[in-house]
Amino acid sequence: MTAMPLTPRPTYHGAPSSPRPPLPHAGEGERTLAARGSHLGPALRVDGLTRLFGPGCPECLALTGPDHETNTCVSCGSLVACANVSFELRPGHTLGIVGESGSGKTTVLRCLYGDLTPTGGTALLAAFHDGERSIFEASSAERRRIRNFTLGMVYQHAWEGLNLRISVGGNVAERLLAAEWRRIGQIRERAAGLLGRMEVPVSRMDDFPAHFSGGMQQRVQIAKALANGPAVVLLDEMTSGLDVSVQAGVLDLIQEIQRDEGVAMVVVSHDLGVVRLLCERTLVMKNGRVVEAGLTDQILEDPHHPYTQLLVSSVNA
Amino acid sequence: MHTTTNGTNGVHGSNGASGAVQAAPAASLEGYNYAFLDELSKKAVRRALLKGVAIPGYQVPFGSRELPIARGWGTGGLQITLSLVGPGDVVKVIDQGADEGVNAVNIRRLVERTSPGVQTTLDTSEATLIQTRHRIPEQPLREDQIMIFQVPQPEPLRNVEWREAETRRMHAEADYSRIWVALYEDVVQNGRVTKYAGYPVMVNDRHVMAPSPIPKWDVPKLHMAPYLSLFGAGREKRIYAVPPLTSVVPLSFDDYPFAVESFDGRVCARCGSPQTYLVSLPDEQGGSVYVCSDSNWCDTALERVGSSDLRAAGDKEAQS
Repeated sequence: MTAMPLTPRPTYHGAPSSPRPPLPHAGEGERTLAARGSHLGPALRVDGLTRLFGPGCPECLALTGPDHETNTCVSCGSLVACANVSFELRPGHTLGIVGESGSGKTTVLRCLYGDLTPTGGTALLAAFHDGERSIFEASSAERRRIRNFTLGMVYQHAWEGLNLRISVGGNVAERLLAAEWRRIGQIRERAAGLLGRMEVPVSRMDDFPAHFSGGMQQRVQIAKALANGPAVVLLDEMTSGLDVSVQAGVLDLIQEIQRDEGVAMVVVSHDLGVVRLLCERTLVMKNGRVVEAGLTDQILEDPHHPYTQLLVSSVNA
Repeated sequence: MHTTTNGTNGVHGSNGASGAVQAAPAASLEGYNYAFLDELSKKAVRRALLKGVAIPGYQVPFGSRELPIARGWGTGGLQITLSLVGPGDVVKVIDQGADEGVNAVNIRRLVERTSPGVQTTLDTSEATLIQTRHRIPEQPLREDQIMIFQVPQPEPLRNVEWREAETRRMHAEADYSRIWVALYEDVVQNGRVTKYAGYPVMVNDRHVMAPSPIPKWDVPKLHMAPYLSLFGAGREKRIYAVPPLTSVVPLSFDDYPFAVESFDGRVCARCGSPQTYLVSLPDEQGGSVYVCSDSNWCDTALERVGSSDLRAAGDKEAQS
C-alpha cells in the first residue's frame, strides 16, 4: 500500500473542464499503461455479485449454498452460480479465488469482464467514473470500452481468448487496435516486446496460434491480455492443463510483470500452490458462496471453514 | 429535389410536370403507379432514408420490394431512385462509370416509362438524381444533386464476422477491432492494405461503412461532400446514407496512410484527361490502353478540348 501523501489530494469538483480524467489515448509513442484511476482507493471493488441461471424465485438464495451443499434451488430449479460475492482489490495487488469445480469462480470473472450479465450486485472500477458508478450499470458500448481499455482477461482455454484464424502478433495487435493504437510500427514493437517477455520467439510472431504448443498459446494469451496496459487483469485457471515446468515459467513471468507494471490481478485457480505463490489475499468459494476470505497465508495455515480445511489438507496429504 | 407531390392518389399523368421538362417519348405504363412502386412502399423507403440520414453510416433495414429486375442488379439503388423521383427530376444512371451499360440503359428506360415528367440524361451536371454502380462521377457534384449507390454487400464487417446478430452488436458497441486486425494482417503479410474496391470507411466518427464497391479513387470524394449520398442494398434489404458535409475517413494506419490508385502518370488515351480514374482495355498489340472509366467525363472532355487532332489520335489509339 502506498503511503498517503502529506498534501491533500487536489479535488476537481469545481473544475468543469475535467470532471474525470480521460482515458489515456495509447499510441503516443511512450508505453502508456492505461487508466489506473487517479485516487488511492481500490482498483476494483465488488459488492454482492450474484448470477442466477434460470427463472429465479424469492427462495433461491436461502435454499442454496454450502449449508445446503447445492447450487440448485429446489423450489424453482434455478442454478445459483454465485451469490453475494464481495471483495476489494488494490492497485498492484493480487486476489486469489479458490474452490472446487462449479463453485462459481469463473462466473465471477466472466461477470466482471462482461461476458455474462450479473443478476445483481455492483462492481466499481477506479478507472470508470472514478469508481462512483457500477460497471454493471454501464451501457454495452461503455462496457466494451472498459473491456478494451481497462481490463484484461486470460481464459482457461487458449482458444477462448485467442482468435485462431489470425496470427499471434495479430492477436496481441487486436487489443492494441481496440485501445485505438493506429501505428503499425508501434503496435509491432509493443507486441514483439510482450511476446519476448513471455518467451514466445519473436521470429514466430506472424505464425498462427494453432501452430504453437498449449503452453505457448497460454503465454500468448497473457501477452494479449496485458497488451494495452490494463488496470485489472482477470486470470482464469491459466496454468491448468500445462505441464509443471511450463507452469513454473508462466507463474514467474506473471510475478515479474506484476512487479514491473503494477497491474492488479484476480487469479482463479483450484491449485492452492498457484494461489500461495501469487496472491496476497484469497477468497474460498463453495456452492456459489464465499465461505472464507482473508490473507492467503492465514487461510492456508489456519483454515476455519471445514471446506477450506479439507482443501488444504488434501494438498498437504 | 422534387418529390412526388401527388402523393397518395398515384396519378401518373404529366399534369404535374414542371415547365419545359418532358418525359421521354414512351408513354407511361398503363396500370402501374407513378414510378412503378406503390405509394406506401415509396413512403417506407423514404422513412428508411430519413433514419439513415439521421444516423450517418447506420444500416437501416427495409422491406425490399420486388422489381422487374433481379435482386443483385441494382434493386436497392433503384428503389431509392423510384421513391425520390418526381416531375422535374433528371435522372442519370451509371454502370461502372459508363452510361451505356445495358443495366444502366434499362434502369433509365424503366424510370422514363413509369414516371412521366422525369427526364433522363447522360450529362452529370444536368442530373438531379444519379444512380450509380461502382463509381462517383469525376465531375464535382453540387449540393442540389443526390448520389444513389447500388450496394451488393452493405456490411463492412461481413468478411470478419458472418453472423448478422454479431455484426449488429459490433456496430452498436463500436467494436471495430476485428476489421482493424484484418487490415493489420494485410499490411503484415503484403506490406500494404490490398483492398481496392469498397474500402471500409469511418463515417461521422462513429459507424464503419462499406461505401459500395467504388474504387479507392472515389472514396475521398465522399468526405465532407456537399451532396447527399444514399446507399441501397436490395438483396440484403439495407439502406444507409451519408448526409452532406459529413466526415468519411478511410480506415488506415498512421504509418501506412490511405492512398488512391496510381496510374503512373498515365493520361486517358482518348480525351487526354490527366486526373481521372482509368480502366485498361486490351489493344491489338497485346498491350493495354488506358481510358477514363467515366464515359460522360471523357466525352465532355473531348468536346471541351475540341481539338480534332487529339480526338482523332485518341480514337485511333482507343481503337487500335
